[in-house]
Amino acid sequence: MPAAESYPDDLKYHAEHDWARIESDEATLGITWFAQDGLGELVHFEPPAVGAAVAKDEPYGEVESVKAVSDLVSPLSGEVLEVNEKTVDEPETVNADPYGEGWLIHIRMSDPSEADSLMDAAAYREHVAEQ
Amino acid sequence: MDLIFEKSRPGRRAGRVPDYGLPVPEVPAELRRATPPRLPEVAESEIVRHFTALADRTFGIDTGFYPLGSCTMKHNPRVDERVARLPGFRDLHPLQEDDGAQGALEIEWRLQQILAEIAGLPAVTLQPAAGSQGELTGLMLVRAYFDDRGEGDRRDTVVTADTAHGTNPASVTMAGYKLEKVETDARGNLDLADLRAKVDGRTAALMLTNPSTLGLFDEGIEEVARIFHDAGALLYYDGANLNAVVGRSRPGDMGFDIVHFNLHKTFSQPHGGGGPGAGPVAVRADIEPFLPSPQVVRDGGRFRLDHERPKSIGRVRGYSGPFGVFVRSYAFILAYGPALREMSDAAVLNANYVLARLKDVYELPYDRLCMHEFVLSARNLKRDYGITALDVAKRLMDYGIHPPTIYFPLVVPEALMIEPTETEPKERLDAFVDAMRRIAEEAAESPELLREAPHRRPVRRLDEVRAAKQLVVRYLFDDSVGAAPESARADSSARANP
Repeated sequence: MPAAESYPDDLKYHAEHDWARIESDEATLGITWFAQDGLGELVHFEPPAVGAAVAKDEPYGEVESVKAVSDLVSPLSGEVLEVNEKTVDEPETVNADPYGEGWLIHIRMSDPSEADSLMDAAAYREHVAEQ
Repeated sequence: MDLIFEKSRPGRRAGRVPDYGLPVPEVPAELRRATPPRLPEVAESEIVRHFTALADRTFGIDTGFYPLGSCTMKHNPRVDERVARLPGFRDLHPLQEDDGAQGALEIEWRLQQILAEIAGLPAVTLQPAAGSQGELTGLMLVRAYFDDRGEGDRRDTVVTADTAHGTNPASVTMAGYKLEKVETDARGNLDLADLRAKVDGRTAALMLTNPSTLGLFDEGIEEVARIFHDAGALLYYDGANLNAVVGRSRPGDMGFDIVHFNLHKTFSQPHGGGGPGAGPVAVRADIEPFLPSPQVVRDGGRFRLDHERPKSIGRVRGYSGPFGVFVRSYAFILAYGPALREMSDAAVLNANYVLARLKDVYELPYDRLCMHEFVLSARNLKRDYGITALDVAKRLMDYGIHPPTIYFPLVVPEALMIEPTETEPKERLDAFVDAMRRIAEEAAESPELLREAPHRRPVRRLDEVRAAKQLVVRYLFDDSVGAAPESARADSSARANP
C-alpha cells in the first residue's frame, strides 16, 4: 500500500529528492515521497558498501523501478555505517514507508556544516510544487 | 491458452527422420548430456495451431498503428523481403570464399558508399549487429584514436545528455570511460554553459542523439561541436533518430566524427521482436585505420574482404554482420532513390500534425516544432484525476493502437513519446488523435476505466513489478530439480488463464 504524500518537518532535504535525518554527527538517508511516487514501485536497491565514503551531491547507490534506474544522490558527505538490509531485500518498503522502515543508509558525517545548505520541509515543498 | 509443454503427450511426433545408417559422430563423453532434452511432443497439426494462435494474438506494424517513440516502427516494404530471399543471397554460406560471393560483397560495398554519403563521412564498417553494438564500437574507435595519439591515458571521460538513451551511459561504462551528464536547457537544447564547464583535456568524446529523444533538433549543434573540437575531443552521433534528417542534413556536416546507423529503424526491417538489427558505423578519414577488420574493399572490378588492417580494433562480430538486413536496407534505399529525403520530410510532417492536434489536451513541455517524434506529458491528467502515462498507454491498447514509449526521456514526468513515422496515412493519424483525445475525456469521466485497462486484449493489466522481481523464463516441470520458489510456480499456473 503506497504511503500518502508527506514531508516531515524534522528532516533536511536535497533538491534531488533525498532526505537526511540528522542526529549529532550521524545521519540517516533516504528518498522522499515525491521521488518514490515518480519512480513507482521499486524492484531493486543497490547500496554502497559499509565503510565506503559518500560525498555530498554525488551518487552513492541506485534504485530501480519498472520505469527506470536512478542514482541516489547523497545530501551529505561521510562514511557508511550501516545499510538497511530490509530495503535491500524488500525495496518496496521504500514506497510503503519512505521516511521510516524504508530508510536506505546510515552515515557518520565528515562535515556537519553541510547540513546548513539543505532545505527544510517548507522550502522542499515549494521545490516539489515547481516540478 | 495452454503452453506448448502443456499440450505435450508422450510419443507424439510431427515427423520422423529415416535411419540412413550414417556413422554417428564421436562426441566426447563429458560433452554428452546425461538425459535427453525434455522437448514438447506434439503432432504437426497442433504445433501449427498453437503458433498460429499466438500469432493471432500478436500486435505488430502489419496489424495496426505502432507509434513507439524512438523505435521508428515504419512499414516494411515487401519487395525488400523478396529481394533478400533471392536464393543467391539466402543460401550463401558465411564462409564462402570472396570469389564465390562477389554479388554479396558488392552489395555490402555499395551500401557502405551510400551510408557514407548519408552520414557525410568517408568510411563505413557494417559489422556491428545493433545500435548498442555500434555505440560500443564507436567508443572503442575513440579509444584507439586517442591511444594512437598518445592521449589515451589522459582522456578518460565521455559526455552524454540527460535525455540520452540508456544505452549511451551503458556503452560509456562498458568501454571503460567515466560518464559526465550534461543538462538540457529550457528550449530542449544541450545547456551550453553546463557543457563548457564539463569539457576539458580529460574529455574523450560527446555522445549525442540529434534530434534528441525529445524530438528536437539541437539548435546549438555547431557551437557544441566547436567546444568539443577545441578541447581536442571527438563527437559521436547516435543514429537512433536519423529518420528525421536523411537527405536534409548530414551528421558529418554538423561536426560529428563518428556516426552509427540503425538500419532496422531508418531503412526498415521487421524489428518489433527485438531484431534482427544492424548498427553500421561511419567515421572521418583519420579514424578509418581503426575500423573493425575485415573491411569490404573494391580492387578495380573485384570485391574482397581486407584483413590487412594493423591498427584495427579487430572483429566486433562473427562473419560479416547481419547480411539479410543489408540486402533489405539496400533495396529500401534504392527503391526511394533521390526521393529518400521525402521519407524524412513526411516523417517530420506527420509528427507535427499529430502534435498540433494533441497539445491542447496533454502537456507539451517543450513547445517547438518537432522533428520525427515528440514528447507529451500526462502530468495534467495525473494532477487532476490521478491518471498516469501508464494508464493512458494501457487504454490505447483497447483502441487497437500500440502504446507510445512511456516514462522516457526521464527529464519529462509522465512522458509519452510518440513517433508516427512517414508510412501512416492521415486517416490513421486522425484515428490515433481521436483515441488520445477520447482517453483524456475518459480520465475525467471514468478514471477507473483507465486504471483497469486494457479491457479488450488477450491479457489484462500485467504485474510489471512482480515480473521484474520474479522472472520466470523457462517451463517449470512438476518434477524440475531446483525448481523456482513456490511463488514463481504459482505464476506459471496463473498464466494459464485464458
